Amino acid sequence: MSDVYDALQKIVGKDYVSNQAEERYFYGRDPGLMPPHEPDYVVMPKTTEEVQEIIKLANREKVPVTPKGGGLALTGLVIPLKGGIVMDLKRMDRILEVNEKAAYAVVEAGVTHGALKSCLQKYHPRLRHSIPDSPPIATIVANAVIHGQGRLSQQRGFNSDMVSGLEVVLGTGEICRIGSCALSSRWFSKGPPLPDLSGLFLGWFGSTGVITKLGMKLYPCKKIRDVMLFLTDKADLVPEVIRKLAYTEMIEDIVVTAQPLPPRFKGNFYILLYITGDSEEEIEFKKKMAWEALMVYFESRDGGFVSVTPDMKPPFLAMPSKDTTRFADVSKGGGFEYSGPIAPIDKYTPYLEKLEELASKYKLFYSSAARVIDGGHSMMFSFSYTFNRANPDEMKRAKTALDEAAEFALEEDGVIWKPNINEQQMIMERMDPNTLKLMTDIKKLLDPNGIMNPGNWEAK
Amino acid sequence: MQQKDYASQIHRCFRCGYCKFPTDYSSFNCPSYRRFRFDTYSTGGRLWLIYAWLKGEVEWSEHLAEVLYTCTTCKNCVEQCPMKFAPDIVDWIVGARSDMVEKGKIPPRVARFFEAVYGYGNPFKQLRSDRAAWSNGTKRYASGDEYLLYVGCLGSYDENGQKMARSLVDVLNASGVSFGILAEEEECCGNEIYMLGETGLFQNLVEKNSQKFKELGVKKIVTLSPHAYNTMKNIYPALGGNFEVYHYTQILNDLIKNNKIKPSRAKAKVTYQDPCFLGRYNNIYDEPRQILQSIPGLELVEMERSRRDAFCCGGGSGNFVTDLLAGSADSPARIRAREAYETGADTLAVACPSCLTMLTDAVKTENLDDKLAVKDISQILKEFLSAK
Repeated sequence: MSDVYDALQKIVGKDYVSNQAEERYFYGRDPGLMPPHEPDYVVMPKTTEEVQEIIKLANREKVPVTPKGGGLALTGLVIPLKGGIVMDLKRMDRILEVNEKAAYAVVEAGVTHGALKSCLQKYHPRLRHSIPDSPPIATIVANAVIHGQGRLSQQRGFNSDMVSGLEVVLGTGEICRIGSCALSSRWFSKGPPLPDLSGLFLGWFGSTGVITKLGMKLYPCKKIRDVMLFLTDKADLVPEVIRKLAYTEMIEDIVVTAQPLPPRFKGNFYILLYITGDSEEEIEFKKKMAWEALMVYFESRDGGFVSVTPDMKPPFLAMPSKDTTRFADVSKGGGFEYSGPIAPIDKYTPYLEKLEELASKYKLFYSSAARVIDGGHSMMFSFSYTFNRANPDEMKRAKTALDEAAEFALEEDGVIWKPNINEQQMIMERMDPNTLKLMTDIKKLLDPNGIMNPGNWEAK
Repeated sequence: MQQKDYASQIHRCFRCGYCKFPTDYSSFNCPSYRRFRFDTYSTGGRLWLIYAWLKGEVEWSEHLAEVLYTCTTCKNCVEQCPMKFAPDIVDWIVGARSDMVEKGKIPPRVARFFEAVYGYGNPFKQLRSDRAAWSNGTKRYASGDEYLLYVGCLGSYDENGQKMARSLVDVLNASGVSFGILAEEEECCGNEIYMLGETGLFQNLVEKNSQKFKELGVKKIVTLSPHAYNTMKNIYPALGGNFEVYHYTQILNDLIKNNKIKPSRAKAKVTYQDPCFLGRYNNIYDEPRQILQSIPGLELVEMERSRRDAFCCGGGSGNFVTDLLAGSADSPARIRAREAYETGADTLAVACPSCLTMLTDAVKTENLDDKLAVKDISQILKEFLSAK
């Protein structure tokens, strides 16, 4: 194996490869609850060609490769289950193009959401991208690979729906372009009118290849952004409220939160509505539309808008949301994880009841945020539980609760988002056999030596 | 001195990565992460490794110690971490270093730093008798002087620091303020010793310095270095060393405002490097800028990262001697030199002898020394006093 180490050094330079215990320890874990497994090497390529050389080496030596971005999925997707090489892609950090006319950006695999946000704010202030609530170190590519959602998902779908092209190093080492960029230097479409081959890589967690460049669609960045807060104590009304709001086509983002603390929050459902506009008139008009859509609940006293004072707004409007990260330390334990099924919005009430039931059963602090996706075609519902890293028993209880939540979500028509390897097996067991065979055939074709993030999307 | 609690709290880091960034997320602002790029060299990586070490999941190694000691304690992570424990992060790092020191498990370069300060009273192994070689007859502190000018190790022995000290003395003399130095009687301030975790030696230095100051009747101290300013202002009082402490930029700014110093017209375009121990540690951002802006004709331009988002030169926590972040175009000082040059400034102003020596070397390595001068604020001020 020292030959592999020497070869990696030759490819990326000695400063950017490690087989030391400290890097192996850190890169063998993520902040979630999946068991660790250490890599033999951590390598940080700078270019597509270096990625290609690493993949060729891994094929020759039959060494597993696990590509890694920010490492924040929490479900162990970058834990190298069979050791080998963890490929930290964050040195590939160039924003290669921002095309204002066609409204897309082309980024390398390690570009963070924070960096793209900052670049657009400074140099292209009329454009924005869909920023997830994960910390700013989350990379554009990794977030698309897990079908992440962001602040524009209510209007535009999953962040992966906003991809406008890919450059991929296949599991066999060839460099391949996907979409319009396969024909020209323009990155405006990831598929149509061609066969959409991006589906061979998005959602596969690096088990079919390494995405080295990605085109991301950009959208208007309006001058004003504001937030409204609708409160109801009736969970059953939430899907109906969402449907009415989505119907207006005026709301940028809709998130429903539920948590037991502070006590005034328990039993209440806070529906956050984000509005954008280029003038106060536009904002007022959109607010009026939202008001009118929900007036019926005000009249029936089932809910109403809560005043959001100026001092309350900054944390709501922050992108990314630091409050989401702070949830990890509400009980001074440093940990939280969530199971986040993608599900029809009418499943809000049963999911919520299960969330509370599991919290009570396993004595855990909980919270939930449900983000509406693509005009209400689905939602991401998070079963979120905190845990104390210094309390193994609580970690075990949290893991059990999450496992049960995932099982429940599948039974209740949901599809688990960024599933861990156990949840992947649960999904594949329920999957149409022909669909599973198709997935298996694709995986074998693209990764014949089984070196790409092995363990993921592998049917037993 | 709350580092002892670190073992019961350090598991609280979620390794979310906010610590790597400046406020606008435009780049990486953690000097050691920016230099090495493995997540282990970020604050989150370090805290997870310390916790693993405490739990016995990672054995001590020179590499582990190096990871721990490449932190410059610049406090960017404290600024950016979204968690309630953020203010404690540096204490946790220092606490873990203290445990490594107690076990004798530290990088050799850090061990040599301690040995030098213990044996010679400075990290350069220079003779005590040479401590005032820079001073060119500067007056010794005597009872009745308003200020003790505490010069520190870099000001006493480092070539760049000595120039800085001489300039400051000249400017203070020109202002008519009464002050004196300790010369051969001066001891290391201990800031780096504290940050590197050598608790015993630090206490010894505080006691020696405090006793000397008290014997001489010192009430007010003005420091050349923000590092000395930080330790004397914020850490000495808990150990019985209560003095009125100022950084020299505070004093010079007051003297200018009170017309004791009147800079003449200049033609210069200057950018300014916020020292971590002045800015993030002590919230002193305006005074150095006000001094520069008081010079007629001087144009002050900001680097993209400034004030609380300033990128550390890499010299903190003794790295101006141990040099654990050197050897690469990604070394923090070299990155900072390039950023300063990109502003179009002809001068990079500093207010810290550590920044001065780190950035002077970096500008030379980047072959920018004929395009960008690195000068301390007192040197800049002196130039335009002389021209009067």
